[in-house]
Amino acid sequence: MAFWIEFVQLIFIFDTMKIKLLFFGITRDLLNTNEMSFEVLENSSIKNLKKELHTKHPSLENINSYAIAVNENYATDDLILQENDVVAIIPPVSGG
Amino acid sequence: MSKTSIKITSKKLNLNECYNFVTAASCGGIAAFVGTVRNDTQNKKVTQLDFSTYKPMAIKEMQKIAELALENFKIHKIAIHHAEGMLQIGDIPVIITASAKHRKAAFEACEFAIDTLKETVPIWKKEYFEDGDVWVNAHP
Repeated sequence: MAFWIEFVQLIFIFDTMKIKLLFFGITRDLLNTNEMSFEVLENSSIKNLKKELHTKHPSLENINSYAIAVNENYATDDLILQENDVVAIIPPVSGG
Repeated sequence: MSKTSIKITSKKLNLNECYNFVTAASCGGIAAFVGTVRNDTQNKKVTQLDFSTYKPMAIKEMQKIAELALENFKIHKIAIHHAEGMLQIGDIPVIITASAKHRKAAFEACEFAIDTLKETVPIWKKEYFEDGDVWVNAHP
């Protein structure tokens, strides 16, 4: 019984959630896609997400820097992600 | 009545539209900034430019800039229009117009708007050369 409780707790602790990633500009070319579904641990911050992203997609190291937008607003590294968030990878902009 | 006109379009930008939007009897001046596609960058011949956008967010960020300009400068109205898609040399990627009682505010608002747009609005341009293409600002 105790084993099962621990097991259930363990699953709960490592629960993941899905977010949607959008890519623009050079990151579209680097990853060869406009968008993808991505799984992160619950309560992941933007900082955690960036780490995960770089592990899974090392080609991102080829760019200078990038910003992150969550649901169409610029986000800082400490923002905590929610399930189904739409997260855009924003390489240096060059409009005008 | 709205004091801002924000637009991203794949159609040709229209200076008259931006001018007409800001014009008012109470204003003594209208300033306009018109961006144009230049034929060279760092001594390399540019053949065309491709602008892509994160449209819903870009519109929001352009709206923020327009509202900040209204707050910070004594202007009456402001229009910020940006093009998307493939543009040729001489084409117009951006138009900003601002009207004000006195000219200084209109000039300052235009400069503020284009400077901020270049920093915050999620729009990207790819430059095409005779021998390839490059995303502007993307590399160290």
